[in-house]
Amino acid sequence: MTLGSVPPKFKVSIDRDQCMDCGRCIENCSYGVYRREGDKILIESRKCTGCLRCVAMCPRDAITLTEKPIDYRSHPLWTREVREDIIKQARSGKIILSGMGNARDLPVIYDRLLLDACQVTNPSIDPLREPMELRTYIGKKPSKLNFRKTESGDVELETKLAPNLKLNTPIMIGHMSFGAISLNAQLSMAKAVTELGTYMGTGEGGLHRDLYPYQDHMIVQVASGRFGVNIDYLERGAAIEIKIGQGAKPGIGGHLPGEKVNEEVSRTRMIPVGSDAISPAPHHDIYSIEDLVQLIRSLKEATEWKKPVFVKIAAVHNVAPIAAGIARSSADAVVIDGFRGGTGAAPKVFRDNVGIPIEVAIASVDQKLREQGVRNEISIIASGGIRSSADLAKSIALGADAVNIGTAALVALGCRVCGNCYRNLCPWGIATQRPELVSRLDPERGAVQVSNLIRGWTMELSELMGAAGINSIESLRGNRDRLRGYMLDEGMLKILDVLPAGA
Amino acid sequence: MCGIIGFIDRTKSRMDGSSIKAALSLMNERGSGDGAGYAAYGIYPEYADYYALHVFFDNLGESKKKVDELLEQWGKIVHQEEIPTTPQPGIKKVHIPWRYFFKPSEDLMAGKMASENDVVTYIVMEVNSNVKGATIFSSGKNMGVFKASGWPEDVANFYRIQDYKGYIWLGHNRYPTNSPGWWGGAHPFNLLNWSVVHNGEITSYGTNQRYVEGYGYKCSLFTDTEVVAYLFDLLGRQHGLSYEMIVKALAPPFWDDIDRMPAKEAELNKAVRLTYGSALMNGPFAIVVGTEDGIVGFTDRIKLRPLVVGENGNRLYISSEEAAIRVLDPEVKNVYTPRAGEPIIGRFIE
Ligand code: SF4
Ligand code: SF4
Repeated sequence: MTLGSVPPKFKVSIDRDQCMDCGRCIENCSYGVYRREGDKILIESRKCTGCLRCVAMCPRDAITLTEKPIDYRSHPLWTREVREDIIKQARSGKIILSGMGNARDLPVIYDRLLLDACQVTNPSIDPLREPMELRTYIGKKPSKLNFRKTESGDVELETKLAPNLKLNTPIMIGHMSFGAISLNAQLSMAKAVTELGTYMGTGEGGLHRDLYPYQDHMIVQVASGRFGVNIDYLERGAAIEIKIGQGAKPGIGGHLPGEKVNEEVSRTRMIPVGSDAISPAPHHDIYSIEDLVQLIRSLKEATEWKKPVFVKIAAVHNVAPIAAGIARSSADAVVIDGFRGGTGAAPKVFRDNVGIPIEVAIASVDQKLREQGVRNEISIIASGGIRSSADLAKSIALGADAVNIGTAALVALGCRVCGNCYRNLCPWGIATQRPELVSRLDPERGAVQVSNLIRGWTMELSELMGAAGINSIESLRGNRDRLRGYMLDEGMLKILDVLPAGA
Repeated sequence: MCGIIGFIDRTKSRMDGSSIKAALSLMNERGSGDGAGYAAYGIYPEYADYYALHVFFDNLGESKKKVDELLEQWGKIVHQEEIPTTPQPGIKKVHIPWRYFFKPSEDLMAGKMASENDVVTYIVMEVNSNVKGATIFSSGKNMGVFKASGWPEDVANFYRIQDYKGYIWLGHNRYPTNSPGWWGGAHPFNLLNWSVVHNGEITSYGTNQRYVEGYGYKCSLFTDTEVVAYLFDLLGRQHGLSYEMIVKALAPPFWDDIDRMPAKEAELNKAVRLTYGSALMNGPFAIVVGTEDGIVGFTDRIKLRPLVVGENGNRLYISSEEAAIRVLDPEVKNVYTPRAGEPIIGRFIE
């Protein structure tokens, strides 16, 4: 018995009256949807991923791309996706891979949280005329300060501050490794964060030498595979992040397919060309919080206690106590990655079903750290599906110090969230190592686009704060009083510690 | 709106309550008749070593019994009585104001409850959040808060404010906008010897509240001003910061200004912001705080509420309006408006 083929997801067509036969669609589509046969351009819709490169590049707007919804009998339970996955696995007997973030249609809590604004009794603040302070320091803070009086009667600070990262805006770019994404993509973001006075992560791919000029704005990552990690790498970073988990795939490791491991990637990661780079789920030297403490301390020792060390975990059910444990270690910040976080490649079942929303994770971690009296001593960085300045403002009001963006930065570089990053064919030159595709992304222009995005969000955040009568980011942090829940159930409101709209 | 006034005589020579009543009433346009109150320091010299606990009781039955029990469990009540009041047509008496003079028992103060102040703080939090029908609205030594819903002169007459003599006086005329006009919501807000009068709205309330609650304070009075008293207690009493440093934490200089400071000063200011960022208060405010050894006045960082200072010899006045100060002291000199965030501190002369 044969399974037959599944109907294509997209239907691509060319308006032949408009088409001038320039062939750009053929050139641009790395998935091979278009090909020329004689004087005709043929289309193979089945290969289309919806990356929209052809549509964007067609000089005549001749291409139409539609999703094809009703090739199956519609069914609320046995959706097209469910059935196709079954068919795929019936064929292959393998794990289904996917790219980018959670693609399930779940309610977004951010969209059910509403921000506040002033009316009459307290003035809103106009950020164009009044100072608006978004400067954020990430790192350990003392719980209290001690002063001493000098002989001349002056007051002097006795407490010594731990090294902190200074961010001009509470937006950073999260870790996306060289290998998973192209060097041009990394360069674009590195230039942007350097110009803006913020930071980005290297991911677990090491630090390519072309990024050295931006190293003061890069956070180097130590993941379970330890790819690219040596003392030179650690010393170059502005901070070090230990990656325990990732929102898109909590509880499992990373996998960079061998075809993405070219000469450059191999040198940067310190692995052979063409070999799969597999980082295991656990760090093989961390089986308890004590082990984590040891790693943190050794990294600090290695870098002479000059660099903050972050620990990144995926948002899972038990995230609050785990974060509390991390807060009590010597870590300077805990990075929490929610279940909407993107990825270069993940088993679909993980991406779509494991973990919890970042909104509740921030709220419960902030709460737990306060209960334990250590909230002030560690920074919380939230990531995983932050789509706008509103999501950013809400994250901070729930208790985050800053956020990491990933997918949003890639979208600013052209990504159309087609979800095919793991195939090394990204037509936008982002999630690929093929030189002809990588060259499509100009790092100079990419940097402008990314910095424009962050600048735009930063301005919007200032306006949102000004409207709420707040002129410094410290006063938005954990200010749940400035949030109201709309269409959220009582249990959720309780966890978020937010009042319902109208209250 | 709201009108605030603060007065200190640095030599501890005492002033009766009649002039503060007159000064506060002058600012009636700043109020709505929904709340007024006074704090006076130095009024109970005969009980100066005891905590004067002022309590609003809904009734003298169950709720009072619970408070009595709690106090007896933690120490000794040396005297208690109903606070004398005179009925006023403008005031609907909804609570029975009561006062205890209380001494915490030292034998019980081990471990977590290290000092008398900790015990009293615990009792205040416990009663205000868990005892129905009772609110402790004043808990300092040799001082007391008197407040109710009504106009300043009615509240003063109700409590016979003119009969008390104090060397620090605070007054508040309320125009409630963000919380109910109930007696407990009137100012001053007090904890131990900290009393706060405030004109404005603290937009950082949610952050400040979560911050102090992390240290065991419970905000139960439904208003943003309460948290200011707890912030002073936390930073002043528990962390031992000077008044100047507390104001630096609550209304710090802008980063741009800090960046321009000499290195050492910049480092200190940066440390304050990093450590006490959650205590930073935002929104429009002008505040006067009564303390154990003086008064502290300051405004928000961009000065969205008025504050005027006046001096005359050993006396220092801080108010929303110069006219109110002139009612207190027609001879007042050196009247000026402080800069945003600048602390105005009046201390006793040793
Ligand atoms: S890019 Fe547009 S105009 Fe050019 S060949 Fe393709 S469809 Fe025709
Ligand atoms: S990075 Fe490229 S492959 Fe991945 S979702 Fe975006 S456009 Fe598609």
